[in-house]
Amino acid sequence: MTAKGLRYVVRRLALAIPTILTIVVLNFGLVHLAPGDAADVLAGEAGSATPQYMAQLRQTFGLDQPLYVQLVVYLERVLTLDLGYSFRHGMSVSALIATRLGPTLLLMLTVLLLSVGLGVLLGAIAARNLNRWRDNLISVLAVLAYATPVFWAGLMLIVVFSVKLGWFPVSGMEEVAAFNEGWARVLDIARHLVLPAITLTLFYLALYTRLMRASVLDQYAMDYVVTARAKGLTERQIAWRHVLRNAMLPVLTMAGVQVGALLGGAVVVETVFAWPGLGFLAYESLFARDINLLLGIFFISGCLVVVVNLAVDLLYSVLDPRIELR
Amino acid sequence: MAGLTILLAVIALALLAPLLYPDSPFALVAKPFEPPSGPHFFGTDQLGRDLTAEVVHGARTSLLIGLLATVIAVFVGATIGGLAGYYGGRIDALLMRFTEMFQTIPFFLFAIVLVTVLTPTIANVIFAISLVSWPPMARLVRGEFLAMRSREFVLACVSMGMNDARIILMHILPNTLSAIIVTGSLMVATAILIESGLSFLGLSDPNTMSWGYIIGEGRTALRTAWWVCTVPGVAILVTVMAINLVGEGLNDALNPRLRTA
Repeated sequence: MTAKGLRYVVRRLALAIPTILTIVVLNFGLVHLAPGDAADVLAGEAGSATPQYMAQLRQTFGLDQPLYVQLVVYLERVLTLDLGYSFRHGMSVSALIATRLGPTLLLMLTVLLLSVGLGVLLGAIAARNLNRWRDNLISVLAVLAYATPVFWAGLMLIVVFSVKLGWFPVSGMEEVAAFNEGWARVLDIARHLVLPAITLTLFYLALYTRLMRASVLDQYAMDYVVTARAKGLTERQIAWRHVLRNAMLPVLTMAGVQVGALLGGAVVVETVFAWPGLGFLAYESLFARDINLLLGIFFISGCLVVVVNLAVDLLYSVLDPRIELR
Repeated sequence: MAGLTILLAVIALALLAPLLYPDSPFALVAKPFEPPSGPHFFGTDQLGRDLTAEVVHGARTSLLIGLLATVIAVFVGATIGGLAGYYGGRIDALLMRFTEMFQTIPFFLFAIVLVTVLTPTIANVIFAISLVSWPPMARLVRGEFLAMRSREFVLACVSMGMNDARIILMHILPNTLSAIIVTGSLMVATAILIESGLSFLGLSDPNTMSWGYIIGEGRTALRTAWWVCTVPGVAILVTVMAINLVGEGLNDALNPRLRTA
């Protein structure tokens, strides 16, 4: 990477800091609006608790401090990347998130590659066969997939491919009891990944296909296509070497913008398939009122989105050298 | 046209729900897990509730929440985007930074937190959905206002000494209305999808029947009673698709120059 590129990265990361800090403060305030705290939950699970015990619990977790003290303490900790302790899971939040980050990244990366890759391909095919049967078929399927609720698609896939056909497992990420190692484990995880990945891909695939189709059509109206034809390039060369590259840019921008939404979609899909990722953890922590954990997940999600957006911007400048990094 | 027909049918069903099924959709009317046939058209769910009544009443909830959340989101988004685009400079930078921040937060997670924290009631669900839906509208309106700001008719208004409120409301806003209507109609579809996702996770008003809620509850019986999950899901799909088609139709009608082949 050039010195200029490096400066750009540093500047962008510096700009992201206030955004992330604001997210932390916002979420902290929001979660504290909730009635009941962790001590209530723990006491409720124990069945009964004396006021003394409750007070002791609150003191142990710092819940008896004024709100702003709790916030300052939390901010200080976040700055040193110490996200606190999840008293519910009995382990530190950063360690817990670290164990759950892998599965979510695996799912998200698979979905991102599948939906962008296939979306670009299908969109290009549709645009090249404008108003013929291939285009019509792709467009109708895209309209359908775009209107399908993600969790429902997941359930229907389970009914067909797990319950009726028995091709794929219903839930989880691997057969823990099988103690698979090496390639057998990779294969096992891949089998578990198929249905959640397809479920989440469907919606974004539809989005990117539609976007790519419109983008390719826009590009074909440009002067450089006429020039390329005039100098005798074949239609295939024009399509793949010239139009495709330019048409991909809006799709990439969209993919970058959608990362945050993708993370939200992961909550639903991970809940449906009991995929042991960050989204499933967020779902669990919300209902356990595990405040530290929830704040940690939001913090990491925010960071993840910022980093991916930056990566997309850099990729953008590689694909389109006219764009200057400033 | 197909979209409009389907949408009108869904709206009619939602409006007629109290007449067609005057009893509460939560009422237990028959044996659990009756397959779709016989007296109960779509069968019954795990508690013996009439699935048809549930779905018809669910249409009311979905459309109501989708519509109201969108109206609020459009209002908030258009206000913020309009101010940013019209005044530019520091106000624009500040408001857009604010908008960007909202866009950085994974919006569905944010909606889940909001509803959980505020307790799931219809009003809170609407509030949460509108709070996560306004940023795209703000960006759109800002772009439109920015483009209009330097057009001659606006400059003419300014040189006539017209006040800002009048220029914004009487002259720029009507010119951006078609874009707002098209995007707004598509936002209704997204709002319905978000609502169904929330209620699927158990975050819906316990006193109101909702499509996502039926699916979430029926999920445990997926193996034996596939219809409990399938029927409301198809209802969501068809409704959202119809709204999307209507939105696209509006786009073609209102912005003929932008029509893509």
